[in-house]
Amino acid sequence: MSADKPYLDIPGTTVFDADQSRIGYWLNQFCMSLMKPENRQRFLADERAYLDEWDMTEDQKQAVMSRDLNRMLSLGGNIYFLAKIGATDGKSFQAMAASMTGMSEEEYREMMISGGRSPDGNRYLSEWEADE
Amino acid sequence: MSASVTANVYSSHVPAIGAAIDQGKATGPYWDPLMAGYETSKAWIKENTPDVIFLIYNDHANAFSLDLIPTFAIGTGPDFPIADEGWGPRPVPPVKGHPELAYHIVQEVIPEGFDLTIVNKLEVDHGLTIPLTLMFGQPDEWPCPVIPFAVNVVQYPIPTGERSLALGKAIGRAIRSFPEDLNVQVWGTGGMSHQLQGPRAGLINQPWDNAFLDQLIADPETLSHMSYVEYLREAGSEGVELVMWLIARGAMPDMEGADAPTVRHRFYHVPASNTAVGHLILEA
Repeated sequence: MSADKPYLDIPGTTVFDADQSRIGYWLNQFCMSLMKPENRQRFLADERAYLDEWDMTEDQKQAVMSRDLNRMLSLGGNIYFLAKIGATDGKSFQAMAASMTGMSEEEYREMMISGGRSPDGNRYLSEWEADE
Repeated sequence: MSASVTANVYSSHVPAIGAAIDQGKATGPYWDPLMAGYETSKAWIKENTPDVIFLIYNDHANAFSLDLIPTFAIGTGPDFPIADEGWGPRPVPPVKGHPELAYHIVQEVIPEGFDLTIVNKLEVDHGLTIPLTLMFGQPDEWPCPVIPFAVNVVQYPIPTGERSLALGKAIGRAIRSFPEDLNVQVWGTGGMSHQLQGPRAGLINQPWDNAFLDQLIADPETLSHMSYVEYLREAGSEGVELVMWLIARGAMPDMEGADAPTVRHRFYHVPASNTAVGHLILEA
């Protein structure tokens, strides 16, 4: 583990550090453009054409079109920026969160009502690897 | 004549709360327990409406994109429009600032070594408006001016706990040196434990949150030494917002030798959407 990234052993978590920010710059800036209603309309009308206006990698564009939030996170997206895509789709934040966990929206909502995901067993990557 | 910091209000700022209230849907078994936790607070703030609120929050990629990422930004303008976060702007009144006090704080705090970014043009997002709604309900206009103080907790590195508490102390001193009799409340918002991203989304840590509240009240100095990695691990990737509560805590007069604050109200509830809601009122 890198000495200056002591958070890499936290499972299921992407920390938006300088490296992520650098590779995700245009992906996140594209998301910001969706704050304008006219851009939201234009994006929904032709996603590919709209994405091609941005200096994003093909991987990033594919991740957006397939709404794969975990992939977008790994390619430098930050959740607050990516949330603009969900808003454009008319999705709640909870629906977006659920989609990253492999749970259905109902299962996820039920987990939250029951007190959320426990930190026990979810603090260290080694705890997740031991489960596999 | 001088201004004083009379109270701290701490509150989570979960967007779903705003959406529920704005759409008139904040009732029923899901929302009632949460709303009940703010009933005493609404009565309290009616009796204790300050002249100015200094409100510490984080912007969620609304006013600040990756174009510009200030670590500490103070809103010095006379008014702050409500941001369109992608769902359309919240139907709440625009926020009026207090440029005289805001510039006084700039004038005092920067020479102490806290290099604030001065922001005259600033759209404010749910981080700032939801605590106002929870405390004041749905008025036609907010009952007092608000100085927005935006902290970067999105792009790492984020401010340390030590730095946050020390900044709060400097802000408290600056407020108390303002030569006008103003009743100022300092609000800290965000948190508590939550994670909105990745396969670990949904993390909530109730024992940790409650220990955080205990220590925030009784021993903020020790609490300030907690590393951001512990916040991440224990309170989730978005739980790091709690570092902002240390700024608010630092502004209370007991940090400069006055008596310890009184806990007027304390409330904790899980969940609001993805988040553990914490709420605390401390009186100086």
